[in-house]
Amino acid sequence: MTLDSRIPAGDLATKWSRLKNEIKLVNPANKRKHTVLVVGTGLAGSSAAASLAELGYNVKVFCIQDSPRRAHSIAAQGGINSAKNYPNDGDSVYRLFYDTVKGGDYRSREANVHRLAEVSVNIIDQCVAQGVPFAREYSGELANRSFGGAQLQRTFYARGQTGQQLLLGAYQALMRQSDARKVEIYSRREMLDLVLIDGKARGIIVRNLVDGQIERYAGDAVLLCNGGYGRVFYLSTNAMNSNATAAWRCHKRGAAFANPCFTQIHPTCIPVSGDHQSKLTLMSESLRNDGRVWVPKNKADLRKDPSQIPESDRDYYLERRYPSFGNLVPRDVASRNAKMVCDEGRGVGESGLAVYLDFKDAIKRDGENVVREKYGNLFQMYEKITAENPYQTPMRMYPAVHYTMGGLWVDYFLMSTIPGLHVLGEANFSDHGANRLGASALMQGLADGYFVIPYTLGHYIASEKIMPVDTNHEAFKSTEDEVKKRIGLFITSGKKGNKTVTELFRDLGKVMWNDVGMARTDASLNRAIADIGKLKSEFWQNLKLTGTDLEMNKDLEMAGRVADFLELGELMARDALNRTESCGGHFREESQTEEGEAKRDDANFSYVAAWKYTGENKPQELLREPLNFETVKPSQRSYK
Amino acid sequence: MSTAKKISIELKIWRQASKGAQGRFEHYTAKDISTEMSFLEMLDVVNVQLAHEGKSPIEFDSDCREGICGTCGVVINGQPHGPERATTTCQLHMRAFKNGDTLVIEPWRASAFPVIKDLVVDRCSFDRIIESGGYTSAKTGAHADANAILVPKDDADLAMDMAACIGCGACVAACPNASASLFTAAKITHLVSLPQGQVERTRRALKMVERMDLEGFGDCSNLGECEAACPKEISIEAISTMKREYFKALLKK
Repeated sequence: MTLDSRIPAGDLATKWSRLKNEIKLVNPANKRKHTVLVVGTGLAGSSAAASLAELGYNVKVFCIQDSPRRAHSIAAQGGINSAKNYPNDGDSVYRLFYDTVKGGDYRSREANVHRLAEVSVNIIDQCVAQGVPFAREYSGELANRSFGGAQLQRTFYARGQTGQQLLLGAYQALMRQSDARKVEIYSRREMLDLVLIDGKARGIIVRNLVDGQIERYAGDAVLLCNGGYGRVFYLSTNAMNSNATAAWRCHKRGAAFANPCFTQIHPTCIPVSGDHQSKLTLMSESLRNDGRVWVPKNKADLRKDPSQIPESDRDYYLERRYPSFGNLVPRDVASRNAKMVCDEGRGVGESGLAVYLDFKDAIKRDGENVVREKYGNLFQMYEKITAENPYQTPMRMYPAVHYTMGGLWVDYFLMSTIPGLHVLGEANFSDHGANRLGASALMQGLADGYFVIPYTLGHYIASEKIMPVDTNHEAFKSTEDEVKKRIGLFITSGKKGNKTVTELFRDLGKVMWNDVGMARTDASLNRAIADIGKLKSEFWQNLKLTGTDLEMNKDLEMAGRVADFLELGELMARDALNRTESCGGHFREESQTEEGEAKRDDANFSYVAAWKYTGENKPQELLREPLNFETVKPSQRSYK
Repeated sequence: MSTAKKISIELKIWRQASKGAQGRFEHYTAKDISTEMSFLEMLDVVNVQLAHEGKSPIEFDSDCREGICGTCGVVINGQPHGPERATTTCQLHMRAFKNGDTLVIEPWRASAFPVIKDLVVDRCSFDRIIESGGYTSAKTGAHADANAILVPKDDADLAMDMAACIGCGACVAACPNASASLFTAAKITHLVSLPQGQVERTRRALKMVERMDLEGFGDCSNLGECEAACPKEISIEAISTMKREYFKALLKK
């Protein structure tokens, strides 16, 4: 297997427009002869499905939720970037491109990122036409704000519910195509395997989560839009049903998995309250526009009421260490610094694992009403969870796993190493390098779905000879048999054990967070690999599962996902072990500057690490895609 | 600083094996429940305990657990999403209850929301209401610049208030007629408040209201239970907008 990124040659700024002029087209009358299977209905999946259906393809859409509208993109709060330059503060496609490459710590492809910045402009027009109620000024024009790490106001938002509004826009477009009978929606379905015929992705095997039946679907291409794998840490801001199974099954069928160790730890999440905790809640990073992050200077003050600690005894450590960016440093930097001050024993709250995010000065400056207008729903959410009023007392925050930059490897056409299997949105690895900037995930999901795949998929369909197949093909039967056998294994081994899937999952999460989390070392990663190995055997020997496979059985669903997380977790540790440099969200303690900042090693690691599956219980093979920087010269990131 | 306590709660939970099967209430005791737990985390704890006893866990839907996806929702002591105002089931915390309280937990009850299992219901009827017209027909591709049409801030704010609906179905569960009026009206009002929603204004009102009736949801009798139950505090004024839009559309038909 070789990695051909298929990046068009020539000038960076015109690569995408030239490619669009050159790639093959599918005749409108022929489009209706092709069926596309779309797995996942978040921003990437819904926008892709709606756009392809509108072009004339027959689209079948699958989601694990009861409705496509509930995919986890819905929970994104802060906003979406676009190089519109409405505030006239000097933004441009180039600046958005540059900031994204730099923010990703020079571990993404220039060509992909430039395309992302180019189409960012179209996304806002598209969403406004759909009726997305973005925030507006009294002039009637769209409002913008600046967002973590950006010195420009390029973020569009819909209160603190931007993801919800963008997803509802895409969902409504999808439902419109469903009304036109161009899209068929299969909800409460979980993709459990990919069907390959002649080496091409030609179908999927799914489990109907209502009655447990296994179903087969055939198509001319498969689009995987199933989101990220942050739940491998058990506690994360991802939704309860977010999982990596569809992607992991494709990996085992031959799709290379790229940069699995690149995970994003979001700096502002509500701290863990106890062992019962099922998930973590993120508080939008937009809060850092007005909130000031601090911990007490003296350990003696840790238990004090924060309002009683005088200014002189507070350490606004981000403002102190990064005078030019202050509280708006990128996520990886903010998270690491929070960990650092807590490791020094200056963390606040019950557990000592929290820092303050204080709005006292903003309220004094702008008044409580202005603060409420901007962040009202976030403050309310915080109060519901913690029973503390953030208008009166500073929020307590701690970093939590939020996003995964790694994912299935794709080329410039968004196609994986399996012909016909395309991967969109967070599920692919492509645009964010080693660290994603705030308000860029929504941008990428919609860029892939609305503005990239409608072109590149057509090229695949027009250039390949795709023979008609139906679900009676032998490959469907054999893949379905494997799926059923695996489910049978869960049911039979689940009768013998003593530990529920939740308990086993929590154990995996602890290993991942402690040893493959915010700071990684050679020792911690080796320990994680050994511990995951033990957990794997415990899983298969000691799993306790009730019920059958032919009914709604959420523990059974979760067992399948945890089994895959165990394998993925191990690969993440191996990838992190291989990458002995620090970059972006991947911090190897062995590789840091004197000031404790991440230190890259461009000479040895300026590449995408794509891992190829080689068989059960065998280590994956590492394939390298070199990264070439022709426009942006990699430099040590500095936010001082 | 912490006010966490351990409490014990008596639960009467609706158990139903599958769609159409006979359901019944079963009694469980949730012991050693921290008041810091969310309501759904309390159910998680009960489920782990049930699994250890070899009994089948209580099936319930949840996903984001931060009040935005609209997946979760059960009726607690007769109130959809429980006793706290503007709070989804997942955001409800056990500090809202006292040691020894009894909680009766049921699924949404409406013929348009059939029970699938235990506390899980089928809400595809909501998707079909949106499918009938809850959109603008903007195609993907080149559109006018986003600032080409100015939208007064008040209109944009009203659109956002309405678009905040999470489609959880609490309004239906709260309504004695099991009406989906608040849900449908929120979408109609969202789109009618914006210039982009004008083109299909008439068709949308007709189609969505007809679809809502066809799905078996009841009509609105202005009781206001929906507004009280709505975790996103969508105003019942939306329903008057919907009625107005619908009657205007009928005249144009």
